[in-house]
Amino acid sequence: MSTPRALRQPLALRIGSGAFIAFWCLIAAFPIFWIMVMSFKVPLDAFADKPTSVIFGPETLAGGQGLSVPDIVIGLIVLFFFMRGVVRWLPAKVQQYAPGGQLWFGWILAAILTGLAFVLLFFGVLPPVMQGVNGLLGSLGEPVLGLTTEHYYAVWVENEFYRNFLNSLLVTAGVVLLSLTVGTLAGYGLARSGSNLAFWLLILALIFRALPHSVLVAGYLPVFITSSEWLQPVFDVFGASAPTLYGQPWAVIAVLVAINQPFTIWMLRSFFQSIPTELDEAARVDGCTHFEAFRRVIMPVMWPGVITTGLFSFLLAYNDFLVTSLLLDAQNQTMVPAITGYFNRETSTTDQVEAVAAAVSITAPLLLLVMVFQKQIVSGLTAGAVKG
Amino acid sequence: MKFKTFVAFVGPSILMMLLFIAAPLVSVFIQSFHHTQPVYETVTREVCTPGFIKQICQEETSSQPVLGADGKPLVETHYVGLQSYRDLLDMDRVWQAIDVGRWSEILTIDFWKALRFTLTFTLLTLPLVLLVGLALAVAINNALKSIRGPIIFITLLPFIITPVIGALSIRWLFIGDGIMTAMLEQWLQQDIAMFAQAWTIELLMYFYRVWHVAPFAFVIFYAGLQTLNQDTLESAIVDGASRWERVRYVLVPHLMPLIIFVALIHLMDCYRVFEEIVGFSSQAHVISLQWLTYDFLTPDDAGNRSIARASASAMLTMIGIVLLLIPLLRRTWRDHKRGGH
Repeated sequence: MSTPRALRQPLALRIGSGAFIAFWCLIAAFPIFWIMVMSFKVPLDAFADKPTSVIFGPETLAGGQGLSVPDIVIGLIVLFFFMRGVVRWLPAKVQQYAPGGQLWFGWILAAILTGLAFVLLFFGVLPPVMQGVNGLLGSLGEPVLGLTTEHYYAVWVENEFYRNFLNSLLVTAGVVLLSLTVGTLAGYGLARSGSNLAFWLLILALIFRALPHSVLVAGYLPVFITSSEWLQPVFDVFGASAPTLYGQPWAVIAVLVAINQPFTIWMLRSFFQSIPTELDEAARVDGCTHFEAFRRVIMPVMWPGVITTGLFSFLLAYNDFLVTSLLLDAQNQTMVPAITGYFNRETSTTDQVEAVAAAVSITAPLLLLVMVFQKQIVSGLTAGAVKG
Repeated sequence: MKFKTFVAFVGPSILMMLLFIAAPLVSVFIQSFHHTQPVYETVTREVCTPGFIKQICQEETSSQPVLGADGKPLVETHYVGLQSYRDLLDMDRVWQAIDVGRWSEILTIDFWKALRFTLTFTLLTLPLVLLVGLALAVAINNALKSIRGPIIFITLLPFIITPVIGALSIRWLFIGDGIMTAMLEQWLQQDIAMFAQAWTIELLMYFYRVWHVAPFAFVIFYAGLQTLNQDTLESAIVDGASRWERVRYVLVPHLMPLIIFVALIHLMDCYRVFEEIVGFSSQAHVISLQWLTYDFLTPDDAGNRSIARASASAMLTMIGIVLLLIPLLRRTWRDHKRGGH
């Protein structure tokens, strides 16, 4: 090692910092890991007071549902290769097959396909195959680890959680697309205009960023509920009846896009500032208008920044509880508010475990997201901080 | 860039913000001075019950909502001035409590209870988040390059997880005789119910918030560490600075702008604390300002939303945010006048 001697650290410090990292990783991952384990057990095991009985699930096992040693080994191997495939192989394939401007579409398609493949592989293909293998192995094929997927079945099929999933998908996709379209234009305009007006707009956006969302929703609610009355004169022109905005996913999309705008334009502005002005000046000299310069010169090089900003828009829309729970009615509800329905009833522990299963279902796409986009998330967070 | 082109680029975004952020603010402001309620009328009618020889008749008065032409109850809106604010702040009880000298009674009023929690929450978690974030950044920067990727992945998990779900996942560890509670009971040799009193719930909330935000602080500080000038560090060593002095006089000043940035973002976000209340279902013990507004907006058992009170509480929350932002805005204004943006 070429580290100068003075910079070398004493052993105690190295061990100390290593232990600190290990401890932090344990704290960071444990609650998430634990709810995953809980979601596969019957209620008696899931809320047991001994950690071992939550992990091994004796009651679940007694119910005749469990995994044998070969199940676990083969399952882990398949999982490992699946993850590896997602991390290594997927980004390259998306880059290869998605045509230039449609990268975002390629990613959405890839994410949906990956999710489907995962469900199909682990719930459709592996169980029957392993049943056959276990049968052949005799006593080695006896289940040793209690595991049941009944709660997932209850949540997704019986309680129709897929409806909430589709609503979440609609709202999230709408918010990401719209806020990027509007935000990119504004971010570019703000980055290329050095005027005082641009400065004040950015400060205004910063103030808007700080507003509690409940303040805004207090403004929307009465207006949205009575919208069919006050919008009627406008719609009379077209001879249509005015909609009630309350409960409409697209109204929520508009609201979330607006709430997200301050952050989006700040981030995209700092990204556009890192693209040299010479690039669009050259295009302008060649006779392009500002819009043509934006479309032909800037758009091809802006995708990294747009993807990063898109990720944060995704997180905002997907994780939102307050706005969606107040502005959407029960049948259009998204996933996160829907989960609270499980324990306002608080009737049985089965409900609780079903809520755990729903929580894990909501978290799974996010895990996939960090796995694929870790670099973009880190660079996005730092870009905003170092420059802003 | 010409003004017209600028407007064309920025226009849609500004329009969205004006329509969905500025306009609601104005309407909240107006709503907070008005009160909307169904119109009631007093109906007097004679109710007769059969009796011997003669019916017994009584006059009964009852109030009932007036129905409009479409069969729905009519509502009327009238100006009430500061009434909603007065209801919310309940100053009479506050002065009474101060006169008697029993300060804790103030905290039984919802608004003051929420304000107390929001402020303690914001101020207590701030130093913790900064410290944990800084420690993580230094420690991970110190770790072997090959394991940094997976460590950063794990570190990001609490940050990207849905806040409500994150709070729930911690709650499930402690609920009833969950494993963490069982472990604590074994350790302290006494019966523990984490969700039976306010202060234990608050502790869990502080823990959750630090767990959730520390990764964000970490990422920012970690990026700042990458730009640290090695020469400065080495000259500090030559000058005989100890390890601690190097952190104190080289590292922290270098990261200072980032520390201020993280602190500001954290103050803004903490002031809006809300998801914890939902995730830990703590409304019986601990509430926050934003939750108070949310609660007024949620329909009650009769299906009514108290919009006026929600607006008043929203306006009061706003005042807090404005107070918080004034120092920041003044600094930006000074920087701008110096022409350094």
